[in-house]
Amino acid sequence: MSNAGFLKSSIGKKVIMGATGLFLITFLMVHCFINMLIFFQDGGETFNKGAEFMGTNWLIRAMEIVLFVGIILHIVQALVLTLENRKARPVPYEKINGAANSSWYSRSMGLLGTLILMFLIIHLKHFWVVSRFTDHIAHNEYEKLPGQETLFKEMMEVFENPMVVLVYVLAMISLTYHLLHGFQSAFQTFGLNHRKYTPIIKKTGIAFSIIICTLFASMPIAMHFGFVK
Amino acid sequence: MGGTTGKNINVTVKVWRQRNKNEKGSFETHDMKGVSTDMSFLEMFDVLNERLITEGKDPVAFDHDCREGICGMCSMYINGRPHGPKNAVTTCQLHMRSFNDGDTIVVEPWRSAAFPVVKDLVVDRAAFDRVIAAGGFVSVNTGNAKDANNILIPKPEADEAFNAAACIGCGACVAACKNGSAMLFVSAKVSQLALLPQGKIEAEKRVLDMVHQMDVEGFGNCTNTGACEAECPKSISLENIARMNREYVFASANEKK
Repeated sequence: MSNAGFLKSSIGKKVIMGATGLFLITFLMVHCFINMLIFFQDGGETFNKGAEFMGTNWLIRAMEIVLFVGIILHIVQALVLTLENRKARPVPYEKINGAANSSWYSRSMGLLGTLILMFLIIHLKHFWVVSRFTDHIAHNEYEKLPGQETLFKEMMEVFENPMVVLVYVLAMISLTYHLLHGFQSAFQTFGLNHRKYTPIIKKTGIAFSIIICTLFASMPIAMHFGFVK
Repeated sequence: MGGTTGKNINVTVKVWRQRNKNEKGSFETHDMKGVSTDMSFLEMFDVLNERLITEGKDPVAFDHDCREGICGMCSMYINGRPHGPKNAVTTCQLHMRSFNDGDTIVVEPWRSAAFPVVKDLVVDRAAFDRVIAAGGFVSVNTGNAKDANNILIPKPEADEAFNAAACIGCGACVAACKNGSAMLFVSAKVSQLALLPQGKIEAEKRVLDMVHQMDVEGFGNCTNTGACEAECPKSISLENIARMNREYVFASANEKK
Protein backbone atom coordinates (compact mmCIF):
# COMPACT_ATOMS: atom_id res chain seq x y z
CA MET A 1 0.00 0.00 0.00
CA SER A 2 1.30 3.43 -0.90
CA ASN A 3 0.51 6.81 0.65
CA ALA A 4 -2.42 7.09 -1.74
CA GLY A 5 -3.63 3.87 -0.11
CA PHE A 6 -3.64 5.58 3.27
CA LEU A 7 -5.73 8.48 2.02
CA LYS A 8 -8.17 6.10 0.36
CA SER A 9 -8.53 3.88 3.44
CA SER A 10 -11.44 4.33 5.82
CA ILE A 11 -9.10 5.47 8.59
CA GLY A 12 -7.18 7.84 6.29
CA LYS A 13 -10.40 9.53 5.22
CA LYS A 14 -11.40 9.97 8.83
CA VAL A 15 -8.00 11.48 9.64
CA ILE A 16 -8.62 14.09 6.89
CA MET A 17 -12.05 14.86 8.39
CA GLY A 18 -10.54 15.28 11.84
CA ALA A 19 -7.54 17.32 10.67
CA THR A 20 -9.60 19.72 8.54
CA GLY A 21 -12.17 19.93 11.33
CA LEU A 22 -9.57 20.95 13.92
CA PHE A 23 -8.09 23.45 11.45
CA LEU A 24 -11.54 25.00 10.94
CA ILE A 25 -11.85 25.20 14.73
CA THR A 26 -8.68 27.33 14.90
CA PHE A 27 -10.23 29.58 12.25
CA LEU A 28 -13.36 29.95 14.38
CA MET A 29 -11.22 31.15 17.28
CA VAL A 30 -9.44 33.81 15.20
CA HIS A 31 -12.71 34.92 13.60
CA CYS A 32 -14.44 35.14 16.96
CA PHE A 33 -11.65 37.13 18.65
CA ILE A 34 -11.47 39.69 15.83
CA ASN A 35 -15.25 40.08 15.79
CA MET A 36 -15.31 40.63 19.55
CA LEU A 37 -13.76 44.03 18.77
CA ILE A 38 -17.27 45.30 17.96
CA PHE A 39 -17.91 45.34 21.71
CA PHE A 40 -15.36 48.13 22.24
CA GLN A 41 -18.29 50.59 21.98
CA ASP A 42 -16.19 53.01 19.89
CA GLY A 43 -18.39 53.14 16.82
CA GLY A 44 -16.49 50.22 15.34
CA GLU A 45 -13.14 52.01 15.07
CA THR A 46 -11.11 49.16 16.61
CA PHE A 47 -13.14 46.55 14.76
CA ASN A 48 -12.59 48.30 11.43
CA LYS A 49 -8.83 48.36 12.10
CA GLY A 50 -8.96 44.63 12.77
CA ALA A 51 -10.95 44.07 9.60
CA GLU A 52 -8.47 46.14 7.59
CA PHE A 53 -5.58 44.06 8.94
CA MET A 54 -7.37 40.81 8.08
CA GLY A 55 -8.17 42.10 4.60
CA THR A 56 -4.71 43.42 3.71
CA ASN A 57 -2.11 41.31 5.55
CA TRP A 58 -0.49 38.93 3.04
CA LEU A 59 -0.22 36.04 5.51
CA ILE A 60 -3.91 36.25 6.37
CA ARG A 61 -4.82 36.46 2.69
CA ALA A 62 -2.73 33.36 2.00
CA MET A 63 -4.40 31.57 4.90
CA GLU A 64 -7.76 32.53 3.42
CA ILE A 65 -6.95 30.27 0.47
CA VAL A 66 -5.85 27.48 2.83
CA LEU A 67 -9.10 27.98 4.72
CA PHE A 68 -11.23 27.53 1.62
CA VAL A 69 -9.25 24.42 0.69
CA GLY A 70 -9.85 23.11 4.23
CA ILE A 71 -13.60 23.76 4.06
CA ILE A 72 -13.90 22.14 0.63
CA LEU A 73 -11.87 19.08 1.70
CA HIS A 74 -14.04 18.74 4.84
CA ILE A 75 -17.24 18.91 2.76
CA VAL A 76 -16.08 16.66 -0.09
CA GLN A 77 -14.71 14.03 2.29
CA ALA A 78 -17.95 14.15 4.29
CA LEU A 79 -19.94 13.52 1.11
CA VAL A 80 -17.69 10.62 0.09
CA LEU A 81 -17.94 9.05 3.56
CA THR A 82 -21.71 9.53 3.74
CA LEU A 83 -22.25 7.88 0.35
CA GLU A 84 -20.01 4.96 1.30
CA ASN A 85 -21.80 4.57 4.62
CA ARG A 86 -25.18 4.48 2.88
CA LYS A 87 -23.90 1.69 0.65
CA ALA A 88 -22.79 -0.24 3.74
CA ARG A 89 -26.44 -0.69 4.75
CA PRO A 90 -28.53 -1.15 1.60
CA VAL A 91 -31.60 -2.49 3.45
CA PRO A 92 -32.61 -0.12 6.27
CA TYR A 93 -33.92 -1.18 9.66
CA GLU A 94 -37.65 -1.05 10.35
CA LYS A 95 -37.10 0.17 13.89
CA ILE A 96 -34.03 1.95 15.27
CA ASN A 97 -33.54 2.97 18.89
CA GLY A 98 -30.54 5.24 18.40
CA ALA A 99 -31.13 7.18 21.62
CA ALA A 100 -30.25 4.00 23.55
CA ASN A 101 -26.66 4.00 22.39
CA SER A 102 -25.56 7.42 21.09
CA SER A 103 -26.33 11.14 21.12
CA TRP A 104 -28.62 12.49 18.41
CA TYR A 105 -26.06 15.07 17.31
CA SER A 106 -23.30 12.48 16.86
CA ARG A 107 -25.64 10.71 14.45
CA SER A 108 -26.65 13.97 12.70
CA MET A 109 -23.29 15.45 11.74
CA GLY A 110 -24.24 15.44 8.05
CA LEU A 111 -27.51 17.29 8.65
CA LEU A 112 -25.87 19.79 11.03
CA GLY A 113 -23.04 20.28 8.56
CA THR A 114 -25.51 20.95 5.74
CA LEU A 115 -27.29 23.58 7.83
CA ILE A 116 -23.92 25.19 8.61
CA LEU A 117 -23.02 25.17 4.89
CA MET A 118 -26.30 26.86 3.99
CA PHE A 119 -25.59 29.50 6.62
CA LEU A 120 -22.02 29.85 5.35
CA ILE A 121 -23.25 30.71 1.86
CA ILE A 122 -25.58 33.40 3.26
CA HIS A 123 -22.86 34.66 5.58
CA LEU A 124 -20.20 34.88 2.84
CA LYS A 125 -22.67 36.77 0.66
CA HIS A 126 -23.40 39.22 3.49
CA PHE A 127 -19.82 40.19 4.29
CA TRP A 128 -17.04 38.36 2.43
CA VAL A 129 -18.33 38.97 -1.11
CA VAL A 130 -19.09 42.62 -0.31
CA SER A 131 -15.61 43.15 1.19
CA ARG A 132 -13.59 41.36 -1.47
CA PHE A 133 -15.45 41.83 -4.72
CA THR A 134 -17.12 45.24 -4.44
CA ASP A 135 -15.72 48.63 -3.48
CA HIS A 136 -18.61 49.22 -1.11
CA ILE A 137 -16.50 48.77 2.05
CA ALA A 138 -14.20 51.51 3.35
CA HIS A 139 -11.36 50.78 5.79
CA ASN A 140 -12.52 53.50 8.21
CA GLU A 141 -14.85 56.46 8.64
CA TYR A 142 -12.20 59.02 7.54
CA GLU A 143 -11.32 57.50 4.16
CA LYS A 144 -14.94 56.77 3.33
CA LEU A 145 -16.00 57.74 -0.22
CA PRO A 146 -19.61 58.62 -1.08
CA GLY A 147 -21.74 55.45 -1.14
CA GLN A 148 -19.21 53.53 0.92
CA GLU A 149 -19.66 52.03 4.39
CA THR A 150 -17.26 50.62 6.94
CA LEU A 151 -17.58 46.89 7.68
CA PHE A 152 -18.89 47.78 11.13
CA LYS A 153 -21.73 49.90 9.67
CA GLU A 154 -22.43 47.16 7.13
CA MET A 155 -22.87 44.67 10.01
CA MET A 156 -25.21 47.09 11.83
CA GLU A 157 -27.31 47.39 8.67
CA VAL A 158 -27.43 43.65 7.93
CA PHE A 159 -28.48 42.82 11.48
CA GLU A 160 -31.34 45.33 11.45
CA ASN A 161 -33.37 42.54 9.81
CA PRO A 162 -34.76 40.24 12.54
CA MET A 163 -34.94 37.29 10.11
CA VAL A 164 -31.21 37.55 9.47
CA VAL A 165 -30.55 37.57 13.23
CA LEU A 166 -32.74 34.49 13.60
CA VAL A 167 -30.89 32.64 10.82
CA TYR A 168 -27.53 33.50 12.43
CA VAL A 169 -28.65 32.33 15.88
CA LEU A 170 -30.09 29.06 14.53
CA ALA A 171 -26.87 28.47 12.59
CA MET A 172 -24.85 28.94 15.77
CA ILE A 173 -27.03 26.39 17.56
CA SER A 174 -26.29 23.93 14.72
CA LEU A 175 -22.60 24.74 15.00
CA THR A 176 -22.66 24.15 18.76
CA TYR A 177 -23.96 20.61 18.32
CA HIS A 178 -21.67 19.95 15.35
CA LEU A 179 -18.68 20.93 17.50
CA LEU A 180 -19.93 19.06 20.58
CA HIS A 181 -19.36 15.86 18.64
CA GLY A 182 -16.65 17.02 16.24
CA PHE A 183 -14.14 18.43 18.72
CA GLN A 184 -13.68 15.29 20.82
CA SER A 185 -14.28 13.00 17.85
CA ALA A 186 -11.20 14.37 16.04
CA PHE A 187 -8.96 13.32 18.93
CA GLN A 188 -10.39 9.80 18.94
CA THR A 189 -9.75 9.61 15.18
CA PHE A 190 -6.10 10.57 15.73
CA GLY A 191 -5.87 7.73 18.22
CA LEU A 192 -5.78 9.95 21.28
CA ASN A 193 -7.94 8.09 23.75
CA HIS A 194 -6.51 8.00 27.22
CA ARG A 195 -8.16 7.51 30.59
CA LYS A 196 -6.36 10.56 31.96
CA TYR A 197 -6.63 12.99 29.02
CA THR A 198 -9.84 12.05 27.22
CA PRO A 199 -12.13 13.42 29.97
CA ILE A 200 -10.19 16.73 29.77
CA ILE A 201 -10.49 16.79 25.96
CA LYS A 202 -14.23 16.13 26.20
CA LYS A 203 -14.80 18.88 28.78
CA THR A 204 -12.68 21.32 26.77
CA GLY A 205 -14.72 20.47 23.68
CA ILE A 206 -18.03 21.11 25.44
CA ALA A 207 -16.79 24.42 26.90
CA PHE A 208 -15.30 25.51 23.56
CA SER A 209 -18.45 24.69 21.56
CA ILE A 210 -20.77 26.53 23.92
CA ILE A 211 -18.54 29.58 24.53
CA ILE A 212 -17.49 30.22 20.91
CA CYS A 213 -21.02 29.79 19.50
CA THR A 214 -22.60 31.90 22.25
CA LEU A 215 -20.12 34.69 21.54
CA PHE A 216 -20.83 34.49 17.81
CA ALA A 217 -24.59 34.50 18.36
CA SER A 218 -24.34 37.42 20.77
CA MET A 219 -23.02 39.69 17.99
CA PRO A 220 -26.09 39.89 15.71
CA ILE A 221 -28.35 39.93 18.79
CA ALA A 222 -26.43 42.79 20.42
CA MET A 223 -26.33 44.80 17.20
CA HIS A 224 -30.00 44.23 16.46
CA PHE A 225 -31.13 45.39 19.90
CA GLY A 226 -28.79 48.37 19.92
CA PHE A 227 -26.37 47.20 22.63
CA VAL A 228 -23.44 48.03 20.36
CA LYS A 229 -22.72 51.71 19.84
CA MET B 1 -32.11 -22.47 42.01
CA GLY B 2 -33.02 -18.93 41.20
CA GLY B 3 -36.45 -17.67 42.09
CA THR B 4 -39.11 -17.53 39.42
CA THR B 5 -41.38 -14.64 38.75
CA GLY B 6 -44.04 -17.08 37.55
CA LYS B 7 -45.64 -14.54 35.27
CA ASN B 8 -47.02 -15.04 31.81
CA ILE B 9 -47.31 -12.27 29.24
CA ASN B 10 -48.81 -11.83 25.81
CA VAL B 11 -46.58 -10.29 23.17
CA THR B 12 -46.78 -9.67 19.43
CA VAL B 13 -43.66 -10.64 17.50
CA LYS B 14 -43.03 -8.87 14.21
CA VAL B 15 -40.28 -10.88 12.59
CA TRP B 16 -38.34 -10.55 9.33
CA ARG B 17 -38.87 -13.45 6.93
CA GLN B 18 -36.67 -13.89 3.89
CA ARG B 19 -36.42 -17.14 1.98
CA ASN B 20 -32.85 -16.65 0.74
CA LYS B 21 -30.13 -14.18 -0.15
CA ASN B 22 -31.65 -13.12 -3.45
CA GLU B 23 -35.33 -12.93 -2.62
CA LYS B 24 -36.87 -9.82 -1.07
CA GLY B 25 -38.06 -10.31 2.49
CA SER B 26 -40.94 -8.90 4.51
CA PHE B 27 -42.29 -8.84 8.05
CA GLU B 28 -44.57 -11.50 9.50
CA THR B 29 -46.59 -10.95 12.68
CA HIS B 30 -47.25 -13.63 15.29
CA ASP B 31 -49.26 -13.37 18.50
CA MET B 32 -47.53 -15.15 21.35
CA LYS B 33 -49.93 -15.84 24.20
CA GLY B 34 -48.98 -16.86 27.76
CA VAL B 35 -45.22 -16.52 27.34
CA SER B 36 -43.43 -17.26 30.63
CA THR B 37 -41.27 -14.32 31.70
CA ASP B 38 -38.63 -16.86 32.79
CA MET B 39 -38.15 -17.95 29.19
CA SER B 40 -35.14 -16.73 27.31
CA PHE B 41 -35.78 -14.77 24.14
CA LEU B 42 -34.58 -17.69 22.02
CA GLU B 43 -36.84 -20.12 23.93
CA MET B 44 -39.74 -17.89 22.99
CA PHE B 45 -38.64 -18.36 19.36
CA ASP B 46 -38.39 -22.12 19.94
CA VAL B 47 -42.03 -22.11 21.08
CA LEU B 48 -43.03 -20.08 18.02
CA ASN B 49 -41.15 -22.44 15.72
CA GLU B 50 -42.75 -25.57 17.25
CA ARG B 51 -46.10 -23.98 16.59
CA LEU B 52 -45.15 -23.13 13.00
CA ILE B 53 -43.92 -26.69 12.40
CA THR B 54 -47.16 -28.12 13.83
CA GLU B 55 -49.09 -25.86 11.50
CA GLY B 56 -46.99 -27.18 8.60
CA LYS B 57 -45.27 -23.82 8.09
CA ASP B 58 -41.62 -22.92 7.69
CA PRO B 59 -39.96 -22.22 11.08
CA VAL B 60 -38.05 -18.94 11.58
CA ALA B 61 -34.35 -19.48 10.94
CA PHE B 62 -32.05 -17.87 13.51
CA ASP B 63 -28.44 -18.37 14.60
CA HIS B 64 -27.65 -19.78 18.03
CA ASP B 65 -25.22 -22.24 19.53
CA CYS B 66 -24.02 -22.15 23.15
CA ARG B 67 -26.96 -20.17 24.54
CA GLU B 68 -24.74 -19.00 27.39
CA GLY B 69 -23.40 -15.78 25.92
CA ILE B 70 -19.91 -16.88 24.87
CA CYS B 71 -20.05 -18.20 21.31
CA GLY B 72 -21.22 -15.08 19.45
CA MET B 73 -23.67 -16.89 17.19
CA CYS B 74 -26.97 -15.27 18.19
CA SER B 75 -27.60 -12.08 16.32
CA MET B 76 -31.08 -10.59 16.49
CA TYR B 77 -31.80 -6.86 16.14
CA ILE B 78 -34.62 -6.48 18.67
CA ASN B 79 -36.76 -3.34 18.93
CA GLY B 80 -34.11 -1.18 17.31
CA ARG B 81 -31.11 -2.54 19.23
CA PRO B 82 -28.73 -5.45 18.58
CA HIS B 83 -29.24 -8.15 21.24
CA GLY B 84 -32.28 -6.30 22.56
CA PRO B 85 -32.99 -3.79 25.32
CA LYS B 86 -30.44 -4.87 27.95
CA ASN B 87 -26.82 -3.72 27.97
CA ALA B 88 -23.87 -6.12 27.84
CA VAL B 89 -25.86 -9.28 27.10
CA THR B 90 -26.29 -11.42 24.02
CA THR B 91 -29.74 -12.32 22.70
CA CYS B 92 -29.53 -15.79 24.26
CA GLN B 93 -29.04 -14.21 27.68
CA LEU B 94 -32.04 -11.92 27.23
CA HIS B 95 -35.20 -13.03 29.04
CA MET B 96 -38.85 -12.33 28.45
CA ARG B 97 -38.99 -10.54 31.81
CA SER B 98 -37.33 -7.63 29.99
CA PHE B 99 -40.61 -7.12 28.12
CA ASN B 100 -44.09 -6.05 29.19
CA ASP B 101 -47.48 -7.59 28.61
CA GLY B 102 -48.90 -6.33 25.32
CA ASP B 103 -45.53 -5.33 23.81
CA THR B 104 -44.91 -5.54 20.09
CA ILE B 105 -41.37 -6.80 19.51
CA VAL B 106 -39.75 -6.09 16.14
CA VAL B 107 -37.04 -8.62 15.28
CA GLU B 108 -34.71 -8.03 12.33
CA PRO B 109 -31.46 -9.54 11.07
CA TRP B 110 -28.17 -7.56 11.25
CA ARG B 111 -28.36 -5.06 8.39
CA SER B 112 -25.05 -4.73 6.56
CA ALA B 113 -23.87 -5.04 2.99
CA ALA B 114 -21.01 -7.15 4.35
CA PHE B 115 -23.44 -9.51 6.15
CA PRO B 116 -25.86 -10.81 3.51
CA VAL B 117 -29.02 -12.47 4.82
CA VAL B 118 -28.87 -16.25 4.39
CA LYS B 119 -32.41 -16.87 5.62
CA ASP B 120 -34.81 -14.97 7.90
CA LEU B 121 -32.64 -13.77 10.82
CA VAL B 122 -29.48 -15.64 9.80
CA VAL B 123 -26.73 -13.54 8.22
CA ASP B 124 -23.44 -14.63 6.71
CA ARG B 125 -20.64 -13.21 8.87
CA ALA B 126 -17.78 -14.73 6.86
CA ALA B 127 -16.54 -11.17 6.23
CA PHE B 128 -15.27 -11.21 9.84
CA ASP B 129 -13.43 -14.50 9.18
CA ARG B 130 -11.73 -12.98 6.15
CA VAL B 131 -10.63 -9.97 8.24
CA ILE B 132 -9.10 -12.37 10.78
CA ALA B 133 -7.47 -14.42 8.02
CA ALA B 134 -5.88 -11.22 6.68
CA GLY B 135 -3.79 -10.72 9.81
CA GLY B 136 -5.45 -11.68 13.07
CA PHE B 137 -2.82 -14.22 14.04
CA VAL B 138 0.78 -14.72 15.17
CA SER B 139 2.80 -16.42 12.42
CA VAL B 140 5.22 -18.45 14.53
CA ASN B 141 4.69 -21.06 17.21
CA THR B 142 4.95 -19.18 20.49
CA GLY B 143 5.27 -22.34 22.58
CA ASN B 144 3.03 -23.73 25.28
CA ALA B 145 1.80 -22.29 28.58
CA LYS B 146 5.20 -22.67 30.24
CA ASP B 147 6.92 -20.63 27.52
CA ALA B 148 4.31 -17.93 27.73
CA ASN B 149 4.97 -17.63 31.45
CA ASN B 150 8.66 -17.00 30.78
CA ILE B 151 7.80 -13.64 29.23
CA LEU B 152 6.75 -11.29 31.97
CA ILE B 153 3.83 -9.06 31.02
CA PRO B 154 2.65 -6.25 33.30
CA LYS B 155 -0.77 -7.00 34.74
CA PRO B 156 -2.48 -3.85 33.33
CA GLU B 157 -1.38 -4.73 29.77
CA ALA B 158 -2.38 -8.37 30.18
CA ASP B 159 -5.79 -7.22 31.42
CA GLU B 160 -6.23 -4.82 28.52
CA ALA B 161 -5.34 -7.52 25.99
CA PHE B 162 -7.74 -9.89 27.73
CA ASN B 163 -10.55 -7.33 27.65
CA ALA B 164 -10.04 -6.92 23.90
CA ALA B 165 -9.93 -10.70 23.48
CA ALA B 166 -13.36 -10.92 25.15
CA CYS B 167 -14.86 -9.97 21.74
CA ILE B 168 -16.98 -12.90 20.55
CA GLY B 169 -17.26 -11.60 16.98
CA CYS B 170 -21.07 -11.49 17.00
CA GLY B 171 -21.25 -8.39 14.79
CA ALA B 172 -23.48 -6.31 17.09
CA CYS B 173 -21.07 -3.39 16.59
CA VAL B 174 -21.70 -3.42 12.83
CA ALA B 175 -25.44 -3.83 13.40
CA ALA B 176 -25.59 -0.95 15.90
CA CYS B 177 -23.45 1.48 13.89
CA LYS B 178 -25.45 3.90 11.76
CA ASN B 179 -22.64 3.57 9.20
CA GLY B 180 -22.35 -0.22 9.41
CA SER B 181 -18.71 0.11 10.46
CA ALA B 182 -16.74 -2.86 11.79
CA MET B 183 -14.12 -0.77 13.58
CA LEU B 184 -14.88 -2.09 17.08
CA PHE B 185 -14.51 -5.74 16.03
CA VAL B 186 -11.37 -5.20 13.96
CA SER B 187 -9.78 -2.97 16.61
CA ALA B 188 -10.42 -5.55 19.35
CA LYS B 189 -8.72 -8.22 17.24
CA VAL B 190 -5.82 -5.88 16.39
CA SER B 191 -5.44 -4.89 20.04
CA GLN B 192 -5.53 -8.31 21.68
CA LEU B 193 -2.38 -9.24 19.76
CA ALA B 194 -0.65 -5.85 19.51
CA LEU B 195 -0.68 -5.43 23.30
CA LEU B 196 1.31 -8.62 23.92
CA PRO B 197 5.00 -9.22 23.12
CA GLN B 198 4.29 -12.26 20.92
CA GLY B 199 1.95 -10.23 18.72
CA LYS B 200 3.85 -6.96 18.73
CA ILE B 201 6.43 -8.07 16.14
CA GLU B 202 3.87 -8.30 13.35
CA ALA B 203 1.69 -5.42 14.63
CA GLU B 204 2.35 -3.02 11.73
CA LYS B 205 1.68 -5.49 8.95
CA ARG B 206 -1.32 -6.85 10.84
CA VAL B 207 -3.10 -3.52 11.22
CA LEU B 208 -2.51 -2.58 7.56
CA ASP B 209 -3.76 -5.92 6.27
CA MET B 210 -6.79 -6.17 8.57
CA VAL B 211 -7.97 -2.59 7.92
CA HIS B 212 -7.49 -3.15 4.18
CA GLN B 213 -9.62 -6.31 4.32
CA MET B 214 -12.24 -4.51 6.43
CA ASP B 215 -12.53 -1.82 3.72
CA VAL B 216 -12.67 -4.42 0.94
CA GLU B 217 -15.57 -6.20 2.65
CA GLY B 218 -17.72 -3.08 2.31
CA PHE B 219 -18.15 -2.07 5.94
CA GLY B 220 -18.90 1.63 6.51
CA ASN B 221 -16.66 4.30 8.02
CA CYS B 222 -16.49 5.09 11.72
CA THR B 223 -17.90 8.45 12.86
CA ASN B 224 -17.22 7.92 16.58
CA THR B 225 -20.86 7.88 17.67
CA GLY B 226 -19.98 5.25 20.27
CA ALA B 227 -23.06 3.12 19.49
CA CYS B 228 -20.88 0.01 19.05
CA GLU B 229 -19.36 0.27 22.53
CA ALA B 230 -22.79 0.88 24.09
CA GLU B 231 -24.34 -2.15 22.36
CA CYS B 232 -21.40 -4.59 22.58
CA PRO B 233 -22.42 -7.62 24.67
CA LYS B 234 -18.82 -7.83 25.90
CA SER B 235 -18.41 -4.06 26.51
CA ILE B 236 -15.38 -3.76 24.22
CA SER B 237 -13.99 -0.23 24.68
CA LEU B 238 -13.61 2.55 22.11
CA GLU B 239 -10.00 2.79 23.31
CA ASN B 240 -9.34 -0.15 20.99
CA ILE B 241 -10.52 1.89 17.99
CA ALA B 242 -8.22 4.75 19.00
CA ARG B 243 -5.34 2.27 19.33
CA MET B 244 -6.05 0.87 15.87
CA ASN B 245 -6.28 4.39 14.40
CA ARG B 246 -2.86 5.39 15.72
CA GLU B 247 -1.28 2.04 14.86
CA TYR B 248 -2.64 2.37 11.35
CA VAL B 249 -1.35 5.93 10.93
CA PHE B 250 2.15 4.99 12.15
CA ALA B 251 2.22 1.73 10.19
CA SER B 252 1.22 3.57 7.00
CA ALA B 253 3.94 6.17 7.59
CA ASN B 254 6.57 3.47 8.23
CA GLU B 255 5.59 1.35 5.27
CA LYS B 256 8.49 1.01 2.84
CA LYS B 257 6.35 0.63 -0.26
